[in-house]
Amino acid sequence: MSSFSITFRTSPSAQVLDLSGELDAHTAQDLEVAIQTCLSNGKFALIINGTNLRYISSAGLGVFMAFVEEVRENGGDLKIAALQPQVYDTFDLLGFPHLFDVLASVEEAEARFISGKLRN
Amino acid sequence: MQHSLRVPSDKRYLADVRRFIEAHATMTHFPEFVIEHIKLAVDEACTNIIEHAYQRNNTEAIEVVVAVDEATFRIILRHRGIPFARDHYHRPQDLRASINARKGGGWGVFLMNRLMDEVDYRVLDGYNEVCLVKKRMINGKR
Repeated sequence: MSSFSITFRTSPSAQVLDLSGELDAHTAQDLEVAIQTCLSNGKFALIINGTNLRYISSAGLGVFMAFVEEVRENGGDLKIAALQPQVYDTFDLLGFPHLFDVLASVEEAEARFISGKLRN
Repeated sequence: MQHSLRVPSDKRYLADVRRFIEAHATMTHFPEFVIEHIKLAVDEACTNIIEHAYQRNNTEAIEVVVAVDEATFRIILRHRGIPFARDHYHRPQDLRASINARKGGGWGVFLMNRLMDEVDYRVLDGYNEVCLVKKRMINGKR
């Protein structure tokens, strides 16, 4: 069975979601619920920390596609940070770096929120 | 050489399928990034079988067969659900369109075709089969 978990933490500029494990069609619903919870609580500055994310399929990517417009309409952004190379590869296959802020570290994503930049 | 794994048509078992594919692709000495590509393509194919062929009925089964020869690493996914209607499939226009529509689905077939050398669908002995092929390096050449 896929192991996947999300922990939330609040940084000065954003809500950070630390993803851990494997994000597939079974576990994607956990991410969906987590992001929906952030939005319901009025948190629209979101950083997805991929440091411990080992795998993602299109079901996981689909969650980001489904929510990013709502986040941006509310003045926030969904930034993706610290992806492992094999996970970045999957994001890249679908062209994510062109339409999402994909950053090398959580610190860079936080700095981006502080400087007010939504995207490149 | 041929190996098989039978799993319920339930997304909870996708990780088991990935482990099975990873083990055999590793024995075939594919580079790590190719192993990741094969795992992802098979995961997408199994997800589509569960979602579309079996319409999320998790009491059916998927048989995963890995067949390796000198030239190819072949994965056959057998199921008794609704066959894939190639003529009715429309790949998502692009990522911008998916974001605008706030819909993330439909990218599985795109990834399968992008990551594998061959993707084929057929009916054999009453089973529907999705066949995914990765060519092996032979003397450093593909």
